[in-house]
Amino acid sequence: MIGLLLELFWSFFLIGLFTVGGGYAVIGIIQSEIVIAKGWISESVFTDILAISQMTPGPVGLNCSTYVGYEVMKNAGASEALACLGSAAASLAVVLPSFLIMLAIVRFYTKFHTNSLFQGVMSTLRPAVAGLVGAAALALMLRFNLGGSGPIVQILTDNFPDWKSWALFAASFAAYVWLKLGPMVLLAAGAVLGLLICA
Amino acid sequence: MVSLWKIFWVFAKIGAFTIGGGYMMVPAIEAEMRGRGWISEEELPDIVAIAQSAPGLLTVNMSIFAGYKLRGLAGSIAATFGCIIAPFLTILLIALFFSSFRDNPWVMRIFAGVRPVAVGIIAGYCFNLMKKQSRWWQWAISLGSIAAIALLKVSAFWVLLTLIVLSLAISLYRQNRRAGK
Repeated sequence: MIGLLLELFWSFFLIGLFTVGGGYAVIGIIQSEIVIAKGWISESVFTDILAISQMTPGPVGLNCSTYVGYEVMKNAGASEALACLGSAAASLAVVLPSFLIMLAIVRFYTKFHTNSLFQGVMSTLRPAVAGLVGAAALALMLRFNLGGSGPIVQILTDNFPDWKSWALFAASFAAYVWLKLGPMVLLAAGAVLGLLICA
Repeated sequence: MVSLWKIFWVFAKIGAFTIGGGYMMVPAIEAEMRGRGWISEEELPDIVAIAQSAPGLLTVNMSIFAGYKLRGLAGSIAATFGCIIAPFLTILLIALFFSSFRDNPWVMRIFAGVRPVAVGIIAGYCFNLMKKQSRWWQWAISLGSIAAIALLKVSAFWVLLTLIVLSLAISLYRQNRRAGK
């Protein structure tokens, strides 16, 4: 268990280090690292965490890390106390790299962000962040398997059991992009509709 | 001199009222800092730009920076802990109770409605980012990383690391060629 706690800390340290472009990038990296690569929690648990992280106060990326830290320990059969320790480890670890880097920046007061090399790197990373987030969305809808007997694509039925869930997906996508409704409003509407129409 | 408690409380307040992404909180943080005379008008744009470019979360980065300006290392530690304390406790509380409610039929119905919406928002966020892209190489990077991560299951770390190394190499090569002319 202590080994897992250390591994969790290290994973979230890397996640914090590679977070470029804000909270939704963290979500993409967590999905890739914790859900896909390590398989520490399932897609549907991660989706629940995502929803809750967006409805509670605090930056999404931090909320998500705290919650994932808890669930990873819990999922491995840890006690309640160890799971709390897991969430503390994940939230501290995700903040630690920014802490070290920001300290170095203010210490030397470098205007690194106006450096042309840095800007070159950032301009390539921005589209990659879009890709990360897109990959997270895709992986929460479909499961891809490039197995020996040819590629298999399956719908993730935990998140999308029937046509109603696809309708909710399409409606919230459209409302977010074109009506510019915030995540809070959309998730609240999803909760109400879930109560009314989902069985 | 500002006390460490004061720094802690002000950032605890900022952390507690950030909902969604950090970007929505920038004006609130600015107002809080400027109102208290903690940060001058000229410094602000720089701080925001630096906090946005450095790795990590915007709100947390701004707290670290401002805390340091006020009271050095101790100040930045106070600001960081302040900023994360409310979200941390809220999530912990929910996590502790939610696991015993998860199998409740009403909660299951609520989450059956909430899950596709959460995915829809993430997809919409991605769409909004990609919509702004106008160059072919931006699309190549976006679609390439989607394929690598979702289909080939390459770790996001490797995707980002490869891109950082590649873009550094290309920028350095261009700089050298320009200097050579």
